Amino acid sequence: MLSTASPTGSSGSPTATPPATGTPDPPGAVPSAAFDLATAAVEAALAAGARFADARVVDRRHEALTARDGDLRQLSQTTEAGIGVRALVGDGWGFAALADPTGERDARATGERAVAVARASAAVRAPGAPGRRRVELLPVPPQRGGWSSGCARDPFDVPLAEKADLLVGVTQAMRRAGGSAVGVAEALSAAWDTRTAYVSSEGARVGQHVRETGAGMHCLALGEHEVQRRSYPAFRGQYGTRGWELVDELDLPAHADRIAEEAAALLSAPLCPSGETTLLLGGEQMSLQIHESVGHAIELDRILGWEAAYAGTSWLDLSRLGDLRFGSELMNITIDPTIPGALGSFGYDDEGTPAAARDAVRDGVWTGVLSGRDSAALAGYDHAGSVRADGYGRLPMVRMTNVGLEPGPHSLEEIVAATDDGVLMEHNRSWSIDDKRLDFQFGCEIGWEVKAGKRGRMLRNPSYTGTGPVFWNSLDMLAGREPGEWRAWGTPNCGKGQPGQVGHTGHGAAPARFTGVRVGVRG
Amino acid sequence: MSTQDVHQQHGATRRPDAVVERVLDEVRRQGGPEAEAVVRTDHHRLALTRFAGSGIHQNTEDDRTTVHLRVALDGGRSASVSTTSTTTTALADLVGAALAAARLSPRDAAWPGLAGPAPAAAGAGPDDATAGAGPAERAALVAAFVEAAGGLETAGYAQTTLLTSAVADTAGLHARAASTGAVVDGIARALPASGLDGNPPDASFRADGVGRAAARSLADLDAAALGARAARRARAQAAPAQPLRRGELPVVLEPSAVLDVVAGLLSSAFSGRGLVEGTSGIRLGEQQLDPALTLLDDPLDPASTALPFDTEGTPASRTELVRDGVPRAVTTDRRTAAALRATRSGLPALPTTAGAHDASDTWGPVAQAPALSPGRGGSVDELVAGLEHGLLVCDLWYTRLAEARRSVWTGLTRNGTFLVRDGEVVGPVGVLRFTQSYLEALAPGAVVVGSQTEALPRALTFGAAGTARVVVPPLRLARWNVTGGAAT
Repeated sequence: MLSTASPTGSSGSPTATPPATGTPDPPGAVPSAAFDLATAAVEAALAAGARFADARVVDRRHEALTARDGDLRQLSQTTEAGIGVRALVGDGWGFAALADPTGERDARATGERAVAVARASAAVRAPGAPGRRRVELLPVPPQRGGWSSGCARDPFDVPLAEKADLLVGVTQAMRRAGGSAVGVAEALSAAWDTRTAYVSSEGARVGQHVRETGAGMHCLALGEHEVQRRSYPAFRGQYGTRGWELVDELDLPAHADRIAEEAAALLSAPLCPSGETTLLLGGEQMSLQIHESVGHAIELDRILGWEAAYAGTSWLDLSRLGDLRFGSELMNITIDPTIPGALGSFGYDDEGTPAAARDAVRDGVWTGVLSGRDSAALAGYDHAGSVRADGYGRLPMVRMTNVGLEPGPHSLEEIVAATDDGVLMEHNRSWSIDDKRLDFQFGCEIGWEVKAGKRGRMLRNPSYTGTGPVFWNSLDMLAGREPGEWRAWGTPNCGKGQPGQVGHTGHGAAPARFTGVRVGVRG
Repeated sequence: MSTQDVHQQHGATRRPDAVVERVLDEVRRQGGPEAEAVVRTDHHRLALTRFAGSGIHQNTEDDRTTVHLRVALDGGRSASVSTTSTTTTALADLVGAALAAARLSPRDAAWPGLAGPAPAAAGAGPDDATAGAGPAERAALVAAFVEAAGGLETAGYAQTTLLTSAVADTAGLHARAASTGAVVDGIARALPASGLDGNPPDASFRADGVGRAAARSLADLDAAALGARAARRARAQAAPAQPLRRGELPVVLEPSAVLDVVAGLLSSAFSGRGLVEGTSGIRLGEQQLDPALTLLDDPLDPASTALPFDTEGTPASRTELVRDGVPRAVTTDRRTAAALRATRSGLPALPTTAGAHDASDTWGPVAQAPALSPGRGGSVDELVAGLEHGLLVCDLWYTRLAEARRSVWTGLTRNGTFLVRDGEVVGPVGVLRFTQSYLEALAPGAVVVGSQTEALPRALTFGAAGTARVVVPPLRLARWNVTGGAAT
């Protein structure tokens, strides 16, 4: 039997209530044998001296196809299965993982190894200086349930030939439409099927089945001195916790000619001017702006200094939570893993906390953080729910879920019409931000001059730079009023952690306008 | 204890060469004699201890065996599959899935074929003590770093890795090797005296200094020296900030900053894919860079943490990417090597390098063990002494390619940036943004190369091997374009 011992002393009662937006896990999606392995690992960790332990048995399939210039260049299928165990001994955490455990003996050995690692952690004092406080976990009632993401068309059931024909076909179309200017045309699709059994020493037992799908395409126009790129629907594709229906809806073939022609045209377009101006951003670029300058800044582990040496810290000071003005009153950011189909959606995070929506910024004031049970307890924060891991072999840590900007009261057409002099930029080409998430610089694929309320000529090499709160306080118009302007964009490659982890996050965004922004930064 | 013993102690049940032979047998059984296949098995043990607030807060060990298989039918219908399961049933399923996927694939006209048999290259091999290191050894490294920082808050990690890999193909290739690596990488954090505007700094801000090193053997890491170095830099960085205007300035880049420049160039300009596709601005055979610069990829160096072959089984060799400022080669995998041969008829043949990794199809080949040769510029202090007015940059952060052909990158300084006047460090200048063409920064006449190299950790590829050991000296550059973070 599992112990119900809790480091907080208040484990609460098991609950069978699934998260509000979840679909009860269909029987068999996560096999009972996976729960048996997780249970054995947790029991072994407790027997070896852990005061808390949890285990995830994860079985993940991944498929990726890449077509380039009329050929299928990559068809890759991977399966990854294993167990990852966390153990808390005294105030030291340990994590051990093993691929493909062959039985409960392997699982128990992994649990014991996590304890041995945790004991070594105690050799150097626990974090949280100057507090050096005891590691505690925010109380979360142990969950017993399951959740599956929605999926109308299982991506692994779609014939490979159909996928390959689609991707190869759009690369041929881009090369045709771009003529001799377009030297590279590439299209990709990706799908993941992840089944997780989670068990904790507090009595949690949660099964989760998440399917994620995405696709995209881009082309490169090669000039004598420059390379220009155009993408659709986003610079690395669009992704969601959905099935192949997402790819069908993207309708890649309908956009192949346009982006190829735009890439070719960019080679001879005028340079984006340098100086301060009014900046209009498309929704896709807004999603990355949110990801980099808001999402990472509100990660509680960064704020506490746990990522100081690598990912970095945050300019946000916890003592200002609730009164710090982050942006203008149009800025309303939510942390919401319950958005159906968004890439950062789930039923439970990777320490068993049920998904729930929270405010991060309300009317421009900073009000919330992304947190886990230990970081929340240390910071005196009242909720967790944003701890995730990249597969079985990586330690669950604070990650974004869906961190998005709520739709605004304007339309893009209205924003353009209201702009006397500015630049509209779309689709990210490069991104860089400092380790406190303050100073950013983004390059975009394409820009347009905006003069006297009208979109004018195309501009090449558009870029802009700024400082987080100054930039967000200059937000004066926000679209989302018209259908399709607000969208939950998926980011499939959010890097964090050591060893490195790749996270999947979602970002609701719509076109927006900012004033007094420095654009046209050159090297 | 042998490396196989270490792997078995942590759950690996089958030798990697036995697994690859089993898979090749299965390919022949299911796919017939015409099926081409290359299979690789990696036993990878990755152990990493992180610390923050001067205490260990994350401590992980991951043991996994991964089998990678690529098959090709009809001379170009190919598919790649991988699994973390090595049971007989799982391996048979793996082969079945690969063949089924390949049959459905369109024919790839650019399929480069298999490596085939080749003389085995002798790599550095593993260090037994590093292979067998446990959490106590890593904790000791952390403790030494923390102690040497003299009471400053510290953060970072200590890591050990053991990789045993076997690769074989249906054309007769068989190779097996193991490697180890160890890393200590951390910062010390001091309270800054003031912000850039002279006002008291925000409570969340710290002045950081860094100390980092990578080695094949744990015994070659001096964590205390790294902690002391990080603390010295942090204390210097905590002095009152100096004003600075945006624009071009000469700089001295410490090795950690040079590492970022070299890694950026390797992933783009010196990647064979960039040259094939026309995005690289490298001009092979021309005096494009300063004559003081020689860049090697040398996985066979006795101190290397790399394997003596890449993920396609191509044997590693010592390759001069740049000799005396003249680009001589780019990093290739089999596909880009074939494409370059096809497009460079009549030109001198390029060396074939072992640059394939698990994400080569997506990101292009990358060097495994880069080394920028030392020059005659002396130490960092001596390089600084030659600066009339400029910057000393200790580390770079979040560098991203902004313009491919000119290799323009933007990023920020981190862990120490100092104003230099008349050959002396005057004081810190805070975090600066730069937007700079790396190729132009290294142009003829613009570079002085320091005499002392450091071996530093860097994730260059996406495979199991992960962190590479990159050897670089400090550099003094005539121009560096500061575009932000300073007064206008």
